[in-house]
Amino acid sequence: MDWHFLLQTTRQLLSGVPLALQLSALSLTAGLVLAVLAHAAKVSGVAPLRWIAAAYIDLFRGTPLLVQIFFIYYGLGQIPAFRESALWPLLREPYWCAVLALALNTSAYSAEIIRGALAAVPPGEVEAARACGMSGFLLRRRIVWPIALRHGLPVYGSEAILMVKATALTSIITLTEITGIAHKLIASTYRVIEIFVAAGAIYLAMTFLLTLAIGLAERRLTAHLTHRRN
Amino acid sequence: MNGVPFELLGFGPVGWGQPLLWATGMTLAAAVCGFALGAGFGVCGAACKLSRHGALRFAGQVYTTVFRGIPEILVVYLFYFGGSIALTQVMNLGGLPGFYSLPSFVIGVLAIGIVSGAYQTEAFRAGFLRLDPGQIEAAAACGMPPVLRLRRIVAPQTLRFALPALGNIWQSVLKETSLLSVIGLTELLRQAGIAAGSTRQPLLFYGTAALMFLVIGKVTGLGLARMERRLARPWSR
Repeated sequence: MDWHFLLQTTRQLLSGVPLALQLSALSLTAGLVLAVLAHAAKVSGVAPLRWIAAAYIDLFRGTPLLVQIFFIYYGLGQIPAFRESALWPLLREPYWCAVLALALNTSAYSAEIIRGALAAVPPGEVEAARACGMSGFLLRRRIVWPIALRHGLPVYGSEAILMVKATALTSIITLTEITGIAHKLIASTYRVIEIFVAAGAIYLAMTFLLTLAIGLAERRLTAHLTHRRN
Repeated sequence: MNGVPFELLGFGPVGWGQPLLWATGMTLAAAVCGFALGAGFGVCGAACKLSRHGALRFAGQVYTTVFRGIPEILVVYLFYFGGSIALTQVMNLGGLPGFYSLPSFVIGVLAIGIVSGAYQTEAFRAGFLRLDPGQIEAAAACGMPPVLRLRRIVAPQTLRFALPALGNIWQSVLKETSLLSVIGLTELLRQAGIAAGSTRQPLLFYGTAALMFLVIGKVTGLGLARMERRLARPWSR
């Protein structure tokens, strides 16, 4: 293995890290907001809203992300009304198409995570809170949401990791993040192993740091339960 | 506009029905082969991770960490470029000059197999760990040799416990096959892209491809749910 080349490659690949992180952060934030809305719609009292939310979640979880990216990147421009809308200057850019596709994709998965986390809140805790006279927003803010957050965080952590990995797909619509740079380097130098090792190490480092951060947050949130662990 | 949607998706002279159907078959074939190869890797990986030997456990750990932590597309590129370079070198050493490359189907199945194998390793390992060790001891006490024990006691129950997780992995394998479009395999997404390019109807064709993925996922999901119930039958009362 050529160490000099490996070092040089790593330096070049690292220049794609900010873009990958930016894409992940933007789409995860937007996706979480959308997920809350989708979940609210799915449990709402209005039947058509429930159906739409269920179909939305099914659709984005059941189709490949790459198909969604292509649909948005190549497909949306086909609609004349859309091309005249205010969104067009934004969604003409592959960057915003990628953010939109990633955000919609993760929102469907996150909506399911929110559902699972809320379902895991023990009914006894809610009953106890009601017996104490809590209801409505106070009950949610003090009892339901904090417990659900503790249940949901580890699962959401793996979704966040999947999102960081998913940003690699945006290289296919010309974004030069880590994988995009790696592809260019491989195609021009044909030194597959070194480039793969360097790019792989960067991704592993990112997911490792993310796992660490989530573990830390989890430990903080469940600090009151530490005595049970031992 | 050249042709209404029905004609474009149909089997007539301007219809893309037949190529799309072929591509669906290719998607299914790649997914099934990749998943089957992954099952092989998964069983070996689980055996490594559950082994008594530290070196094997370490190897299994490295395998699952690396291939679950790296984007699938990068693995596809590794096999695509790496495979042809390795093959060319081997052939040139063997006295056959020139440039060689593997068919994209083979590369795709290999890449998907390796990645899904890492996830299947965890599924099989978790399934095995749920198995009551008393049963293995009881089988040994009955005088069953290890191979028979594996066949009669360990394998059926591990499979049953692992099946829900394997079902999830199958769904992601199915969706991962869309990545093979970037290395030129004419599966659903690539065929849809070709059709979209030549008819200038990307919405229609990418929408159709999405729908096909959705339908395949739903149908196979139902099949897997049935299999789960079937495998659980001996244990239900």
